[in-house]
Amino acid sequence: MMYGYAWDTTTPLTFAISILPILGIGLLVTLKAAAVGYAIALVFGLVLALLRRSKIKIVAWTVAGFTEFVRDTPLLVQLFFLYYVLPDFGIVLPAFMTGALALGLQYSAYTSEVYRGGIDAVPRGQWEAATALNLSRLHTYRNIVVPQMIPRIVPALGNYLVSMLKETPVLSVVTVLDMLGLANMIGERTFEYLVPLSMVGLIFLPMTLICSALIYAVERALPKTGIPLR
Amino acid sequence: MNPIIRFQNVTKRFGALTVLDNFNFEVQRGEKVTLIGPSGSGKSTVLRILMTLEPFQDGLLETDGISYHEPNGRGPFKASEKHLHKIRCNVGMVFQSFNLFPHMTVLRNVVEAPVAVLKMKREEAESRATELLRMVGLSDKKDHFPSQLSGGQQQRVAIARALAMRPRVLLFDEPTSALDPQLVGEVLGVIRDLASEHDLTMLLVTHEMRFAREVSDRVCFFDKGRIVEQGEPERFFSNPQQPRTREFLSSILGEQEPIRESISCAR
Repeated sequence: MMYGYAWDTTTPLTFAISILPILGIGLLVTLKAAAVGYAIALVFGLVLALLRRSKIKIVAWTVAGFTEFVRDTPLLVQLFFLYYVLPDFGIVLPAFMTGALALGLQYSAYTSEVYRGGIDAVPRGQWEAATALNLSRLHTYRNIVVPQMIPRIVPALGNYLVSMLKETPVLSVVTVLDMLGLANMIGERTFEYLVPLSMVGLIFLPMTLICSALIYAVERALPKTGIPLR
Repeated sequence: MNPIIRFQNVTKRFGALTVLDNFNFEVQRGEKVTLIGPSGSGKSTVLRILMTLEPFQDGLLETDGISYHEPNGRGPFKASEKHLHKIRCNVGMVFQSFNLFPHMTVLRNVVEAPVAVLKMKREEAESRATELLRMVGLSDKKDHFPSQLSGGQQQRVAIARALAMRPRVLLFDEPTSALDPQLVGEVLGVIRDLASEHDLTMLLVTHEMRFAREVSDRVCFFDKGRIVEQGEPERFFSNPQQPRTREFLSSILGEQEPIRESISCAR
């Protein structure tokens, strides 16, 4: 019995069906974690990419170092670090927020590279035309560079969404009750792991397929030259 | 009267390569100057330095009384955005590869900077843009995207876009070199019309010798980062003094035979 739902272990099928509502609650947590983490990755990644292009060398180097460090260390280590070490500095976050933050940070290091590639792919002539028209740096980024880079980066950003969604189960190691966390608890109480764990895998499949389809649809809907401005 | 552009002993290096070596050059207000010469001779660099697209190492440069150095002596390498902004207010540029913004309609390309930089009201900017587009013969294309236009049409939009910022100095960097031969005439036609405006100072880098002869007040021949010879076009083309100039002219005119008819812009 969990969240008011009892399980029925008579056959694997009845067991699977009876734990479905419980895993559904976990799925919401999983989706929420992925959504928050992805939002952080999209915004903070862009900030990192822009800071890395800063004319102030110390800022550019610090950000480059940070990005490299985060990319090259395991997510699990970062997660434990945030969960167990931050409280020593007086920063206590709920487990869910810590998890979403760790995911977001790790993936912002990845997305910042995607943004960097996207910015670099905008032809030099576009920057020169913007300079010749006396447009400010901010205006150039906002109205010239970003609209043109979006169609180029959507596929790569989409891959990271799918990949992040699949990595959310690591949150269960810091007590977040996502799908995997709940499946584990069901296993501990029923001594029956096969069905709950298989169900988690099975539920992930349609989720990632839907994400991929959404990304493909966005990709197709965007004009290759950029977000049109009239 | 003070010249509107003044290069004093400007030296520009790309790494070990010296592109401009103690370069001195003046342009009077309203003057139309054509820069010719072999590729790599530094003529495009002159334009790019004027447009603040390239810094330079030594010497002084002024446009319309504004030095490219900041008053406190900081060089063009380190001049603040604010100072560079002031310089660019007087200067506009038309590029060889047009560089229109591909995600913006023709009209938006032309109004973008006047609205953002000159703080012009959108309606006012659009009515001026429409007027400029009419002038370059493209009023019916204002809602098109650049990819729907021919090269010649794109370059004419780029000219309208540069003019919308009301520059005192307009720089043309090989404006017809990327065009199919049959599209060159329409762009030259627009530039020819502009050349009749006596307030506008024009610097034109081109390989169209016949056109240079027709529109410019002065032709400057560049070789290895220096002006080898310059003068009023009739004399320059009919009676070049320097052997290097003669050699260049005969090679390029030989290539351009029969000289292309430049057709006036259709409107």
